[in-house]
Amino acid sequence: MSIDTETARRVAKLARIKVEDDALPALAQEFSAILGFIEQLNEVDVEGIEPMTSVTPQRLKRRADVVNDGGQQAAVLKNAPDAREGFFAVPKVVE
Amino acid sequence: MSDLSKLTIATARDSLRKGDVSSVELTNAYLDAIAGSSKLNAFVHHTPDVAKVQAEAADQRIKAGDAPDMCGIPLGIKDLFCTKGVASQAASGILEGFRPEYESTVTTQLFDAGAVMLGKLNMDEFAMGSSNETSVYGDVVNPWKVDDRNLTPGGSSGGSAAAVAADLCLGATGTDTGGSIRQPAAFTGITGIKPTYGRVSRWGVVAFASSLDQAGPMTKDVRDAAIMLEAMCGHDPKDSTSMDMAVPNFEAALTGDIRGKVIGIPKEYHMDGMPAEIEKLWADGTAMLKDAGADIRDISLPHTKYALPAYYVIAPAEASSNLARYDGVRFGHRAKLAAGDGITEMYEKTRAEGFGAEVQRRVMVGTYVLSAGFYDAYYNRARKVRALIKRDFDQVFAAGVDAILTPATPSAAFGLGEMADADPIQMYLNDVFTVTVNLAGLPGIAVPAGVDAKGLPLGLQVIGRPWEEGDLLNVAYALERAAGFVAKPQKWW
Repeated sequence: MSIDTETARRVAKLARIKVEDDALPALAQEFSAILGFIEQLNEVDVEGIEPMTSVTPQRLKRRADVVNDGGQQAAVLKNAPDAREGFFAVPKVVE
Repeated sequence: MSDLSKLTIATARDSLRKGDVSSVELTNAYLDAIAGSSKLNAFVHHTPDVAKVQAEAADQRIKAGDAPDMCGIPLGIKDLFCTKGVASQAASGILEGFRPEYESTVTTQLFDAGAVMLGKLNMDEFAMGSSNETSVYGDVVNPWKVDDRNLTPGGSSGGSAAAVAADLCLGATGTDTGGSIRQPAAFTGITGIKPTYGRVSRWGVVAFASSLDQAGPMTKDVRDAAIMLEAMCGHDPKDSTSMDMAVPNFEAALTGDIRGKVIGIPKEYHMDGMPAEIEKLWADGTAMLKDAGADIRDISLPHTKYALPAYYVIAPAEASSNLARYDGVRFGHRAKLAAGDGITEMYEKTRAEGFGAEVQRRVMVGTYVLSAGFYDAYYNRARKVRALIKRDFDQVFAAGVDAILTPATPSAAFGLGEMADADPIQMYLNDVFTVTVNLAGLPGIAVPAGVDAKGLPLGLQVIGRPWEEGDLLNVAYALERAAGFVAKPQKWW
């Protein structure tokens, strides 16, 4: 499958990665090559096969539904690029 | 100080217990070796202060007679592991300045066992790469050198491999999503094991592709791999995919007796265009196991060819989801914003600046294969093919095969920069023999088994049954003894 520049632009937008317009054609070409490689999967007969969800046959363990952590505001905010008054700060979201 | 190049974890452990050497002495010797190794670019964050405190504590424990096997052993830690208060960047610009407030389960277990952290090791960014050329810290150089070229140590655990091969530490942690422990181990003449999926906790390890990622040890030989793996394994309630199962004494499994073991040789691993040297290495390894009393059997794993394409759907899909957390809000890099930029611009600029080209490529491919209209055609189909790849192995093991022998890599180490103009798929082919093992969740080990015509190391891979790392290590041990690989890189750095 060949990926056009518009599709590359849309994917970059979905992934929230800024790609300059002049870089889109090369990106589209790379996607096309990778997807061309992936297309080989169409040769495989997968009729009746369930998609794998867990590579080891195990049931996820459950734990008691209780609070087991918390009260770590300072540690949580420690690495934030911008934290103020106990919150993560971001550019204005709502007008 | 004794010659570091001759020490192993096992011999250092014995010397420490006998009192022939202290952990402080050992640690200082390795810190000196690291200080003289900047040309290799393996250690990227140095933690001598942490190391000295840990070494002193280890010496106390050893004196008190309370010393686990890893007590006092100086290690390097891959930058993918979160280490409390110490830079943990996954070799990415987007985690610039990040110092975790917590310790990964693997490093917690190693430190609780008395191990010493010398520093953090270089790697491919977010473990995405096979040559250690995608790191924000720059390339790692392989200590093996046969001409004027600088060679890749492989990737993604390239810093770990180079550090162990160059005697900068006694062992190192690695992680393996498609071959990232085994391929660099093969390229540097060391041993590396990826355990069964679920054997080692992933908690606190920066996630790449959660259904494939496993941590493991990279060491000088099989015995050391057994010792260090045991200290890394075990159930962790903080990782819901970690298996609640007893951890055996892996070192005790190393008898070297493999008489009657059935070793499968998969015909699909004879790839077109495979170098004659690799074919010969594989045939020699097969003969060694036969001489040791193993029963050699030709087997078929018919879906092998589809492993790489399935991987290049599943791994990017999971990566696109895992890496969504790097948004410039909670940790790491945030782009400088222009007047009027809103939160979307902040995300987009931050991720464009913080992620390197290969990471961006994989995040976008993953985004595409998960997007509406393509989810079934790509992602679900890949997961079905993955089920078939696992079934191939299940059937072979059910038919009585105990372990499978294959080459570890399709070539010896190549030159840094030599793949720069190749399309990304050429680089992906490095993992052709290893990626099946991740998709099937199996344990796999790379063991150095010979050198090529230029004198560069080559490795063989042994693949084991799930949860039977002990048996797998024993087959690898028999292979190691028969191969008698003793070559070391000549120091030039």
